[in-house]
Amino acid sequence: MSPLAKLIEAALFASARPLTVEELLTLDPPAGTAAVRAALAELRDAFATGDHGVELIEIAQGWQFLSRREYAEAIDRAQFALRPRRLSPAALETLAIIAYRQPVGRLEVDEIRGVDSGAVIEKLSERGLVEIVTRGEGLGRPLLYGTTPQFLEILGLKDLDELPRLEELSVALRPPAPAEPE
Amino acid sequence: MTALPPTAQDQAGFVVELEQFSGPLDLLLHLIHEDEVDITDLPIAKIADQFLAVINELGLNQAADYLEMAARLLRIKAQMLLPRHLGDDEWEDPRAELVRRLLEYQQIRELVEWLGAAAARRAEQFGRGFSPELPVAPPPPLVIDLNDLLAAAERVIALIPEPVLHRVVPRPLDVEGATERIQALLAERATFGWGDVVGERPTIVDVLSAFIALLELAKRGALHVHQEGPFALIQIRRESPREAH
Repeated sequence: MSPLAKLIEAALFASARPLTVEELLTLDPPAGTAAVRAALAELRDAFATGDHGVELIEIAQGWQFLSRREYAEAIDRAQFALRPRRLSPAALETLAIIAYRQPVGRLEVDEIRGVDSGAVIEKLSERGLVEIVTRGEGLGRPLLYGTTPQFLEILGLKDLDELPRLEELSVALRPPAPAEPE
Repeated sequence: MTALPPTAQDQAGFVVELEQFSGPLDLLLHLIHEDEVDITDLPIAKIADQFLAVINELGLNQAADYLEMAARLLRIKAQMLLPRHLGDDEWEDPRAELVRRLLEYQQIRELVEWLGAAAARRAEQFGRGFSPELPVAPPPPLVIDLNDLLAAAERVIALIPEPVLHRVVPRPLDVEGATERIQALLAERATFGWGDVVGERPTIVDVLSAFIALLELAKRGALHVHQEGPFALIQIRRESPREAH
C-alpha cells in the first residue's frame, strides 16, 4: 500500500465518524484531492480483496470503516456495540417528507402527514437527523428544516441522490383520472 | 382491526401515537386498501361511514386530527349528493383534493418502507464508536464537585430542627387527696395561704392537684380564693354562710 493510503487508514481508524475527502486532504495537503481519492480506492480494494472483518464504505459524503454484515449478530449478542434505536413510523414519515421537500417548514409536513408533527420534528432535531437550515418567506418567516449528514449516516447513504427517485415509486404523484362521462 | 392496548382508550382525549395508524390519512389508506377500491374513484359515502365507525371504536373521536378528517369526509359526501347536469364541464370532483393528498401520502408511506429498510441494513454494520441514537444531552443545570455537594447537604441538614423528645411518665394528678387536705385545713382554720395547701417544695403534680382541688372547692362554694395582685400570695378563706359539703 502507498504511504498515503496507510496514513488515511490510520486516520479513518482513529475517527468515530465518516471523514470526507476534504477532511482527509488536511492530513497531507500537498498530495491533492486526486491522490486522496486514489488512496481511498486502493484502501477499499485492499480490504475488499483481503481477509478482513471490516470494510471501507463510502457513506454520508465521506468514508468510514464498518464491520462486515455477517458479524452483526455476534457483535450484537456480545453487546460490544449498540445498534441504533429503530425509528418510529411517524419519525420515518417526517424524515421522508423533510428529505424530499427540503428546505421545508413544519406546516407543510403537518399538511402532508395530516397530523401535527411538531413533537416528531423536535425529536429528530435532537437526534441530529434534521436541522433548521433557513427561514422561509411569508408570514412569521417559518423555520425551514433539512436533513443532516447524520441522516445519511444512519441510512447508509453516500448522499441524497441515493434516495429513490419519486418517479421510480409505484405510486407516482399524478392528478386523479378524469371522471368518465356518464 | 388489531386490539389496542387498554391504555389508549383509557386516556380519553389524549391520543399520542397509535400502534397501528400514524394519522387519519394512514387510517384512510388502510380502509381503502382493505376494501380494495380505486383510490381515484373513492366510494366516499362508504369510506366516510367506515372511518367514523373506526374512530369511534378506537376512541379516536376526540383526537382533533381524526375529527377534522371526519368532518372533511362528511362534507365531501354531502357535496357528492348535490345534483349535477350530465356533461357539466364546470363540475369539479369534490374528492379531488382528498385524492391528491392520499396519493401524496401513499408515496410517503412507500418512502417510509424504503428508509426503514435502508436504516435496518445500515444497522447491520458497526463503525468505531458508532452510536447515532444518543441525543445531544442538554447542558447540566450546574457544575459542582463532591465537596460542594456535601457542604450543600450539610447546610440543608442543619436547617432541620432537632427533634424534641419527651419522656412521658405517668404521674396521675391526685385531686382527691388535695381536696381532702384542703378540707382538713378549712376545718382547722378560717383563712390560710397557698403555701399551707401545697407545703414546702411541692412537685409540679402537687401544685396542679392542689390548684384543681382549690378551684373545684371554690366552685362548690366551700371557700373563697383571693389574690391582691398578680404574683401576690393566694389567700384562702372559709366561706362562712355555707358549710363545706
